[in-house]
Amino acid sequence: MFLIYCPYCGEEREESEFHAKGQAHLARPADPDNSSDEEWGHYLFFRENPRGIHHELWVHAAGCRKFFNVTRHTVSYEILETYPIGEQPRVTANQMEKPA
Amino acid sequence: MSDAAIFDQQAVADKVTGQSPLHHLSSSHKTEGVVLEEVPSLGYLTLRGDANDEAFRAGVHKALGLELPVQPMTLLQSDTVSIQWLSPDEWMIVCPGARCFEFESALHEQLSGHYAVVNVSGGYTMLTLSGDRALDVLYQSTAYDVHPRHFGTGKAVATTLAKATVFLRRPDDGKWELIVRRSFADYCWRWLVGVC
Amino acid sequence: MTQPNRLAQGGRVNRDRPLSFVFNGETYQGYEGDTLASALLANAVSVVNRSFKYARPRGIVAAGAEEPNAVVQLGASEAAQTPNVRATQQALYDGLVASSTNGWPNVQRDVMGLFGKVAGKMMPPGFYNKTFMAPASMWMTYEKLIRKAAGLGRSPREQDPDRYEHFHRHCDVLVIGAGPAGLVAASVAANSGARVILCDEQEQMGGCLLSTTETLNGKPANQWLSETLDHLAANPDVLLLPRTTANGYHDHNFVTLHERVAEHLGDTAPEGMARSRMHQVRAKRVVLSTGSHERPLVYANNDVPGNFVSGAISSYIHRYGVVPGNQLVVMTANDQGYRCAIDWYDAGRNVVAIVDARPDADGHWVKQAEERGLRILKGQVVFDTKGTKAVQGAWVSAWNAERFALTGEAQLLECDAIASSGGFSPVVHLAAHTGARPVWRDDIQGFVPAAVKGQLPTGGCNGVYPLHQVLADALDTGITAALDCGYEASRFILPEVDDLVESAPLALFEIPHTKATMRAPYQFVDLQNDVTAAAIELATREGFESIEHVKRYTAMGFGTDQGKLGNINGMAITARRLGQTIPETGTTVFRPNYTPVPFGAIAGPHRRELFDPKRYTALHSWHEQRGATFEDVGLWKRPWYYPIGNESMHDAVSRECLAVRNKVGILDASTLGKIDIQGKDAREFLGRVYTNKWEKLGIGKARYGLMCKDDGMVTDDGVTTCLGDQHFLMTTTTGGAAAILEWLELWHQTEWPELEVYFNSVTDHWATITITGPNSRALLREITDIDLDRDKFKFMEWRQGTVAGVPARVYRISFTGELSYEINVQADFAMHVWQTLFEYENKYGLTPYGTETMHVLRAEKGFIIVGQDTDGSVTPEDLGMQWCIGYDKPFSWIGKRALSRPDTSRRDRKQLVGLKPLKDDVVLEEGAQIVLDPNQPIPMRMVGHVTSSYFSPTLNHGFALALLMDGHNRMGEIVFMPMPDGQVHEAEVVGTVFYDSKGDRQNV
Repeated sequence: MFLIYCPYCGEEREESEFHAKGQAHLARPADPDNSSDEEWGHYLFFRENPRGIHHELWVHAAGCRKFFNVTRHTVSYEILETYPIGEQPRVTANQMEKPA
Repeated sequence: MSDAAIFDQQAVADKVTGQSPLHHLSSSHKTEGVVLEEVPSLGYLTLRGDANDEAFRAGVHKALGLELPVQPMTLLQSDTVSIQWLSPDEWMIVCPGARCFEFESALHEQLSGHYAVVNVSGGYTMLTLSGDRALDVLYQSTAYDVHPRHFGTGKAVATTLAKATVFLRRPDDGKWELIVRRSFADYCWRWLVGVC
Repeated sequence: MTQPNRLAQGGRVNRDRPLSFVFNGETYQGYEGDTLASALLANAVSVVNRSFKYARPRGIVAAGAEEPNAVVQLGASEAAQTPNVRATQQALYDGLVASSTNGWPNVQRDVMGLFGKVAGKMMPPGFYNKTFMAPASMWMTYEKLIRKAAGLGRSPREQDPDRYEHFHRHCDVLVIGAGPAGLVAASVAANSGARVILCDEQEQMGGCLLSTTETLNGKPANQWLSETLDHLAANPDVLLLPRTTANGYHDHNFVTLHERVAEHLGDTAPEGMARSRMHQVRAKRVVLSTGSHERPLVYANNDVPGNFVSGAISSYIHRYGVVPGNQLVVMTANDQGYRCAIDWYDAGRNVVAIVDARPDADGHWVKQAEERGLRILKGQVVFDTKGTKAVQGAWVSAWNAERFALTGEAQLLECDAIASSGGFSPVVHLAAHTGARPVWRDDIQGFVPAAVKGQLPTGGCNGVYPLHQVLADALDTGITAALDCGYEASRFILPEVDDLVESAPLALFEIPHTKATMRAPYQFVDLQNDVTAAAIELATREGFESIEHVKRYTAMGFGTDQGKLGNINGMAITARRLGQTIPETGTTVFRPNYTPVPFGAIAGPHRRELFDPKRYTALHSWHEQRGATFEDVGLWKRPWYYPIGNESMHDAVSRECLAVRNKVGILDASTLGKIDIQGKDAREFLGRVYTNKWEKLGIGKARYGLMCKDDGMVTDDGVTTCLGDQHFLMTTTTGGAAAILEWLELWHQTEWPELEVYFNSVTDHWATITITGPNSRALLREITDIDLDRDKFKFMEWRQGTVAGVPARVYRISFTGELSYEINVQADFAMHVWQTLFEYENKYGLTPYGTETMHVLRAEKGFIIVGQDTDGSVTPEDLGMQWCIGYDKPFSWIGKRALSRPDTSRRDRKQLVGLKPLKDDVVLEEGAQIVLDPNQPIPMRMVGHVTSSYFSPTLNHGFALALLMDGHNRMGEIVFMPMPDGQVHEAEVVGTVFYDSKGDRQNV
């Protein structure tokens, strides 16, 4: 059971209030009709499955109904940040690899 | 004023009586230290709009005589109306059922641009919980931290109640309000009675 | 009745309150304050169980949660049966009835023992793996045999009369374990202003302070203990939970605590009281003050009843006034063993010898023992036990630690109890539940918790053992916890404790024998699962090098005790055999629960009528009174059909279908999902999420819409109505309501936030009453002010007015193919409208119908049910619904692009068709597989399946919808459905519309 900080409600809430919606920052190709089969197939079916830092989309289903992003470590399950849609993560895998 | 189609859904003929979703159960349950009651037939309006828009806030104030709560999880109330913050662009307005259309119309009169007002009066009912052991009932019913140090007067949250959802409000020191969805009301009532 | 092992005084039992209890059919007496284990020992009951594989007699070994042997079945009545209870943790109450879970007909005269002697040989290490490779069919047989032999207990066959509670708790600091460390940490945090929960699994808080002779502030420990507890209890922000085991430590400091509220009071809880309570705690910081478990030593026949871990003996003496024997031999590798011997001696019984594997111990406790004139054999070991059902002696020899061999003559010391101490293992179980691997520390020869965010191990759990160090460590921890939670740490004055010099412990796990391990008598490592040192050696010889493999091969640690006593010894033995260190060998994973939890406590109030929410419409009580049977649709209870008298389902559905086709039927359609959509871009948004066009839908009109995911597969459908130019009401499938609202929000919030539109659920607000059939217009006309003239209120339009005096929106849409009106009113007034319609029941032949009739009627019209005729792999084109696809809409709507992917545009995809069985009375089975040639060899090539199938009373024959490969090109072909009973049904492939294919009836 995670404890997730909702960036809109401004406090930590129990996981049971949320729905997980998969990988974050999935962009729908801007011109679907002119995208290649490969490009469209990639958008539809290919997802990251990292061991480590992962950016995920969640929705505060039983709370404010807002979608937001979560940066979570898939081994420790630690949630490193949550941030609104449209913003970029501050914690990334590249950044974690760099020496402190 | 939007082009939303509204009409007075409560303007029923004289002989018509409404039924609360808990009409088949007792409307109050008392055990040692806990009083659970239903407050039926209230008016509920969902309000949507931009909290950063000054005109929107002013319009709401003019229509309802009450400030729009813009701080998360706050509840503002007057003698007749309360407004609960639900999200940065969503609020729940609760008023006497008979005055619902009046407030709905007033909002449409005062508001313009991108907003929405939706009458959802048939979709909810309110339960109140009071007494020394009310907290014990809530501890058993919601995973939200209702300890007085965390849940002060004037706070209101949307969260879970057992396996249903609830708008949980603390309008004053001695009372909790639980707004539950109509179709889940029977379950919520039985749950609360069960853990009282 | 006498209690031969009970001291005349001492202990925390109330000798004024004798309690009677029954164990294995014999009645005994104990006292209030006893555990079942202490009472059994007081009565000199030495054999409490038979072992799993070898059926050897077993006695009580420990005094707490780590007990591997004394696992009993509890309950005087059938309904109160509780398996898997550790006698060491079960408080005694008057009338308690318990029995061994193993041993038949009883533990003393064991028939399974004879079997066990054979079966034990039949169950070498790797037994499970080796035996169950093949034949698989034998598994059931073996499994029954093993379960009977394994002593797993049994569940009650009657309903549990007790009530169980769940509490959600939040705190700043959760302190697990109320020994000296926990008490100090909790006190510091609480004094600092933090919200604190302090739990302890034992009947009384205090941990080792309950059985120590050490003084605090120069006074018996008890005094400081009760003062500290009183101070904590007086703080309103402190919750003290005795008899409460922290069983699971989950992510982000979510800990489940099981409080045994009434388990010490009787078989069932007193009136008004829950039997037990699960606290689901979310803590900012968790202090693990769980202490340590003493490790027994591994020597031959170390399982004979009368072998104990040494600290348990001190606990039984100090806490219960029970000395489990008369003549004690202590086998130790540290100073703890001396404390046990001193306690035994001070209780007035004889200490035969303290056997110390170390050559030169001289600490405080050693000196205390010497002052008492106790016989101490230094540099010697107990390597074997004499006796079978009870200890009769200990075989002792000098030894050489470096060569790991006995030296010199063996001698037999006669005794009736052996206490062993191999050192301490921090109780790291909870710390490992979230996946963190414990870390080995050479200096304490034990694993301590790895660093985990928000978790603060302290005291014994942190590898700190001397009392004065424990208190100092806990003070630091309490301060850290308070600061971490944002409080200013308050001062706390630690009690004064003597700094007792202890001699260095020896890292000792197993003791050599005169014979090699493989030929020596059994040297038990895991008592509950009968795993021996020889079994581990065999596993390593057979090539298992990973501790995880050794565990699985030998079943070490797989019992309900999770190897609390045996795991470290097992790892050390494995490491020695592999010629490596313990940290190189690795550690094992511990998982929740720490000790078994009753299912009742896990379920809590979520059972019977409260197991899951049941959702009701505003008309539910009417349906009940009318005798409807109900169907679960999602969480909803929907009327399925309304039988009259003894009518069968088939007859009732036929009657309801014919009523709709010939007169008028009425359906409660309130469960349909309804979403209010407003905003200047509402219309644009609809065009993007639906496959069809919306830009020209005028106010007052309604349109059917089909929704896909971006993979082109149908996910929902429903009618959307234009209420205002920027105001729409979308309906969704009953099951899809919440998911579709979330779907719309997902696209709006993440992809198209620039569109000005709001979505709000009005599912519960509106009640929807459908009247359908040729008489529906005449019926509605009786009670509405809306002009129902066919040209003024056309099919696929809506009007506003009153119905039965209630403001209503009426939609002229149809899911039956008949003239239909959907009356929508605020739910509070639905019953009035419904009842008013029924005032005309006889005049128009108004018949209520349920979901089954709804399905038959819609299927006759070829109307799909998303989720029944589709399964997430069906496109609008597969459904033959090209009429509902706006290929030329300017925006590339959700699902459009995927329709031209190679796989999605294949012409031989499974497509929706109608099937007409060649025999009229055949109703195909839903899910039946379709083949083209019934005579082909098995496995046949399956080309599709039946999705919907009913008998049509209107057409008087069975009919079906099916997904069939290349189905749209197979019209007129005969396909086959071979059934498990050998029958083969034949059907003709036809169109999906079986009735009124021109759609005249809904347009009248």
